[in-house]
Amino acid sequence: MKAARGRRNSNYNFGGQAGNTSGATVRLQNLSRAFGTTRALDGLKLELAPGELVALLGPSGCGKTTVLRIVAGFETADSGAVEVDGQDVSGMPAAKRDMGMVFQSYSLFPNMSALDNVSFGLRMRRLGSAERQRRSADLLDMVGLAAQGKQYPHQLSGGQQQRVALARALAIEPRVLLLDEPLSALDAKVRLQLREQIRSLQQRLGTTTLFVTHDQEEALSMADRVGVMHDGRLEQIATPDELYDRPATPFVAEFVGIMNRIPASLLALLGASALAADVVRHPESPAGGVDVLVRPEGLRIAASSTGNGIVVSRTFLGQRTRVSVRLSGDVVVQVDQQSTKAAGLTPGDPVDVSIAGAPVMLADR
Amino acid sequence: MAAVTGDEVTEGLAPRPSRRARRGIRQFPVWRWVILIVVGAYFIIPLIAALRFTGFSSFPQVVHQEGFSAAFELSVKLAAITTVLTIALMLPTTVYVHLRLPRLRRLMEGITILPIVIPPVVLIVGVLQVAPGFLKSTPYLLALIYVVLAMPFAYRAFDAGLRALDLQTLVEASQSLGAGWRSTLWRVMLPNLRTAMLSATVLTVALVLGEFTMASLDLYQTFPVWIVAFDQTSGPISVAASLLALFVTWIFLLAITMIGGRSSRGAEVSLFSVSRRVTR
Repeated sequence: MKAARGRRNSNYNFGGQAGNTSGATVRLQNLSRAFGTTRALDGLKLELAPGELVALLGPSGCGKTTVLRIVAGFETADSGAVEVDGQDVSGMPAAKRDMGMVFQSYSLFPNMSALDNVSFGLRMRRLGSAERQRRSADLLDMVGLAAQGKQYPHQLSGGQQQRVALARALAIEPRVLLLDEPLSALDAKVRLQLREQIRSLQQRLGTTTLFVTHDQEEALSMADRVGVMHDGRLEQIATPDELYDRPATPFVAEFVGIMNRIPASLLALLGASALAADVVRHPESPAGGVDVLVRPEGLRIAASSTGNGIVVSRTFLGQRTRVSVRLSGDVVVQVDQQSTKAAGLTPGDPVDVSIAGAPVMLADR
Repeated sequence: MAAVTGDEVTEGLAPRPSRRARRGIRQFPVWRWVILIVVGAYFIIPLIAALRFTGFSSFPQVVHQEGFSAAFELSVKLAAITTVLTIALMLPTTVYVHLRLPRLRRLMEGITILPIVIPPVVLIVGVLQVAPGFLKSTPYLLALIYVVLAMPFAYRAFDAGLRALDLQTLVEASQSLGAGWRSTLWRVMLPNLRTAMLSATVLTVALVLGEFTMASLDLYQTFPVWIVAFDQTSGPISVAASLLALFVTWIFLLAITMIGGRSSRGAEVSLFSVSRRVTR
C-alpha cells in the first residue's frame, strides 16, 4: 500500500501524528439481549475513549457480534443504553448514528464501481459531485487502490474489496468505526497485510473503533485494549500485556494464549511442594480440588532418565520449540524451550518438568 | 506506509487453466450433442411443419385481418398491467420475506405454487362468481387473475435474484452509510435485482400473451382467443399468427437476456440459472 504523501488537499485529519484523538467517546451501559431463552448479552458495560481501538474477543456465540450490531443500530438491546459523546443513541436508527461499518462478508454494492461505493455515503450526505469525487479518490489512494477506482467488486480480490469497504466506511468521517471480523474471510497473508493497514489508518485518523474478532492474534496485535467475552459477559478488559500476564478469570487465562492446566496433586511431582502446600491452605480451595494454570514459558524441561514425564511431540516455532510432555495421570503439558536445547529431545524420551516461578492463577478442578 | 506490492502481485493474477482443462472447454462430449439434437428436434420439427403449412406469404396478411389489432392491443395492455401489478406485489413481498421473515420462505414457495396446481377453469369460474360487477364488465379483471397465475414465476425469479445477493448485509451497509429505505431500495436493491425483474417481466408477458382458457371463459377476445377463433376462417393465417406470437416472445426473451447479461455485475441471474460470479 502506498503511503499517503499529502499531495492532495484533503479534509482528512491525517497529519501523521500518532495518538490523534479526534474520535468520540462511546459508553455501553448494562446492555442485555436475549434471543428466546438464550441470553446473548448479560449486563455488559464498556467504555471506549476517543481514538481508542478496542477489540472484543471471544468464541462463537459469546455475544460480541450482538454488541457490535446494537452499537450500529441493527439490533435493539432489551435493556441498557448506548451513548456516543454523552448522547443516548439507543433509539436512533442506524442511518442517523454516523458510524462507519465494515462487515465480515464482502458488502460492496455490486452495481457500483469502487469509487462509487466509496462515495455512496457522501452522496447520502448531499455532498457536491466534485467534492465527492475528490474525497473518494483520497480515500482510495489512502488504501492503495487509486488505480482500481473504476473497477467493480467482482473484478477485485477479497483483500481489495475489504480495503474499498474500509475506505467507504471512513469516507463519511464517522464518529465511531465498527469492524465485524473484517479479516476472517481472507487468506493468511492478506490478513496480515490488511491488519497493519487498518491499524495504521485508524491511528492516523484517530477514529474510535470497536473491532470484533475470534482471532486472538489479531486482537492482541491491533488493539489498545482487548475485551474477552464469554456467555454474554465481559470477563476482562485490559491491555494485551495485562490480559496475557494477569488474566482475571480462568476462562481468560485459557482463552488467551496457551495455558497448561495442572492438577494441584501433581505439584509435588513437579518439585513445587511449597506451592502445593499453599494451594491446599488457600481459603478458596474447594473440596473437589484445584488446578494450577501455568504458561508454557513458566515450565522448565530437562532430559532425565528418572524424570517425571515422557516427551509426546515437539513443534518447532523458530527460536523456541514447544514440547508436549505426558506427566503422571495422563496430564499433558506444553513446555516452551529454546530450540537449541530442545533439539535433542525426541518423542518417547524421559524428561523432568518443573515449574519456574509463580503460576498464573488457580482454577477449580 | 510501505507499499504492499506483494499484495497486488499475489492478488492480481488468476491461475491459468491447465492444458487439459483448456482442451476440455473446447471439447463437448458426444452424448450432450445427441441430447441437444433430439430435444431440439422435438421442439423445432413442429415449428418447421407449421411454417411449411402456413407459408411465408401468410405472415403479412395476419396484421390486416379483422379483429387482429383489437385482440393484440388488448393482450398487450393486459400484459403491461399484469407485469406492473405483479412486480409491485411480488418484489416487495419477496424482499420483505428475505429480510425479515426468512423462515417463511418455504411457506411462500408452497403458496405461490398453488396457481399452477389449481386448474385455470376452476380459478376463472370461482372468480366470476365473486367478482364485483364493475370489474366483471371490463377485461381488466383478467389482469388481476393473471397476476395470480404469474405469481409462481415472478416469485421464483425474485427469489433466485435475492439468493444471489447477500441482501441483509447490503441493506445494513447502505443504512450504516446514512441511506434511508427509499435510497436503499432505489440505489442498492433495484439495480441489483434488475435481471430478476427482467426475468419476471418476460415470464409474465409470455404467460399473458399465451393464456387462452380464462380469457375465453371470461368472453374477452385476447390474442390467443382471436387465433383460435380465426382458425375457423383461415387455418394458415391462424397458424401464422401463432408463429408470429411465438417469434415475438422469443425475440423479446433474447433481448431481455442480453440486456440482463450486460448490466449484471457480480451475480449472474438468467431465466434458468442462478450463480454467484466468483471474485478473484
